[in-house]
Amino acid sequence: MKAASQISTAKVTLSLEGSRLLLSGELQIEAVGDVDRAAVMKMAQGITEINIEALTRMDTAGAWLLVDIQKSVAAHAAEVAIRGASEAQEQLIETIRQNMPPDEKPLRETKTPIDRLEDYGQMVVRGTKTAIELTSFLGQVIATIGGILIHPRRLRLTSMVHHCQEIGINAIPIVFLMSFLIGVVLAFQGSAQLRQFGAEVFVVDLIAISILRELGILLTAIIVAGRSGSAFTAAIGSMKMREEIDAMRTLGLEPVTILVVPRVLALILMLPALGFIANLSGLLGGALMSWIELGVSPAVFQSRLVSNTDVWHFSVGMIKAPFFALIIGIIGCYEGMKVGGDAESLGRLTSTSVVLSIFMVIVVDALFSIFFAILGV
Amino acid sequence: MEDTDDDHIIRVRGLVTRFGTHTVHDGLDLDVRRGEIIGVVGGSGTGKSVLLRAIVGLLKPNAGHIEVFGQSVRDTPEEEYRQLRRRWGVMFQDGALFSSLTVRQNVEAPMREQLKLDDDLRKTLAGIKVRMVGLPENAMTKFPSELSGGMRKRAGFARAIALDPEIVFLDEPTAGLDPIGAAAFDILIKQLQAALGLTVFFVTHDLDSLHANCDRVAVLADKKVLAVGTMQEMLEVEHPWVREYFHGPRARAAIESSRPKGAA
Repeated sequence: MKAASQISTAKVTLSLEGSRLLLSGELQIEAVGDVDRAAVMKMAQGITEINIEALTRMDTAGAWLLVDIQKSVAAHAAEVAIRGASEAQEQLIETIRQNMPPDEKPLRETKTPIDRLEDYGQMVVRGTKTAIELTSFLGQVIATIGGILIHPRRLRLTSMVHHCQEIGINAIPIVFLMSFLIGVVLAFQGSAQLRQFGAEVFVVDLIAISILRELGILLTAIIVAGRSGSAFTAAIGSMKMREEIDAMRTLGLEPVTILVVPRVLALILMLPALGFIANLSGLLGGALMSWIELGVSPAVFQSRLVSNTDVWHFSVGMIKAPFFALIIGIIGCYEGMKVGGDAESLGRLTSTSVVLSIFMVIVVDALFSIFFAILGV
Repeated sequence: MEDTDDDHIIRVRGLVTRFGTHTVHDGLDLDVRRGEIIGVVGGSGTGKSVLLRAIVGLLKPNAGHIEVFGQSVRDTPEEEYRQLRRRWGVMFQDGALFSSLTVRQNVEAPMREQLKLDDDLRKTLAGIKVRMVGLPENAMTKFPSELSGGMRKRAGFARAIALDPEIVFLDEPTAGLDPIGAAAFDILIKQLQAALGLTVFFVTHDLDSLHANCDRVAVLADKKVLAVGTMQEMLEVEHPWVREYFHGPRARAAIESSRPKGAA
């Protein structure tokens, strides 16, 4: 098949005249996109001159097309001259020529199975590293707390009280409401099932045990992880980003003492308190719903609660609280310390911090379940 | 005056901008000629960047009229404004690159949004722009967070010129660069201005950069453009701030260093 002798689009016309390629019209980026470049290359084989005298406009994309034609023709045959360029166009063409892509095609990155295996390996190594670092950070914080026990004056009391307010007092409404609603839901769902057996009154045991033992403290921990854990990461992370942490170190201030310990201690103090509030409001919601739905009067609810629910159920829940607090605090602060110089890592690590601390809280909760089952409480 | 209205690619008339009760510009006038490099200087807080933002339409002035290519920036319909916007590029202070995209993808972004090009062509053209601003080949696939400040600025410049604009707006192109990097950036601006026939509007504090680049300088003070002219003309302005700016020790050093090339 013989190559065409003229190719035109809305903006530009390329035509062959002997061994000269003539261009006219406007050779700008859209036109370069519209033109069938493969056909142009085919048509241009064997030319010795590209004439652009009739071009009214040309941008970098246009200049690139010219240089590309020139290169591809010159690769097979004789040199090709570009004629008829104005001084500005010539300068542009020269600039483009200096910045043409390297000839060898960059290797396309494909992943072999070995690469994928390596990725997995690296993931495992990274995970292990994080676990080790987290443990060492935990050790550092505990050592600092130990130091504070020996020298209580090192404790930043003002900062700790401030964080108690932030973490504890300000979270009371949300924790109260959430737990109250969970109590309501449990009573409602429980009564629907238990009524089938005529065992409505056992709804009290259901609510008391599930709230006191598991739900009250677990849901509180999850809310606190979302609320305060993320705030720790964001606050410490942005300080890290603005080099405040480095500034502290140069001034002889220990960031763990100043930033981490008050937060972690405040959390350890406040999470049990919040869990206690959650327990109360959960029972309150459950009692209210039992009364409305089943006609279990508050007095009956109370007497059944006292006589049938072992105090250990409450203790089991409360024992877990400080451990959850430690997990949330350590992970929140650790991820904050890992933030680099860019805002993107701050966002990424804040969400990692929340996800990881909620996950760890649930894992530890499961371990506690096994532990208490073995102990038989 | 010898220049006619046709030569004025940007025309600002009676610009007033306020933030709350704080007036930044009060009746500011400025003309930019086609093909020139104009530097806008002024003390901190005199509204240099605000002026730039008002011209490109990021900020709505409280009063006044701004024309670019003879069209009003504010009163044109959306479709025409899109067309207008294609004819200029903006480089923000720290490059303002999209952090989730690589350098090359950043340069491709305006092409992808504005034009229908096939992938290969777009990649090739973006690659040329990245090379034109003097970034090394391996920078193409890097993310902005992996680049130094100077490289980010260059990449921001590459994105600003991705669609071959007629005007580029540069916000403090040399701020935060070391003297070598700043000088290299000055040369880059000059080179690309010549190669692409750009009109360059740049906001700066850098006296060396003014000397190296500018055809004209506009001084912002007292909420207006106090003086416009060449560097030499600036030296004769009597206003105290302008005197201090262009006759201060740093200015003198910059003038001294540029004299061997400029004079004689």
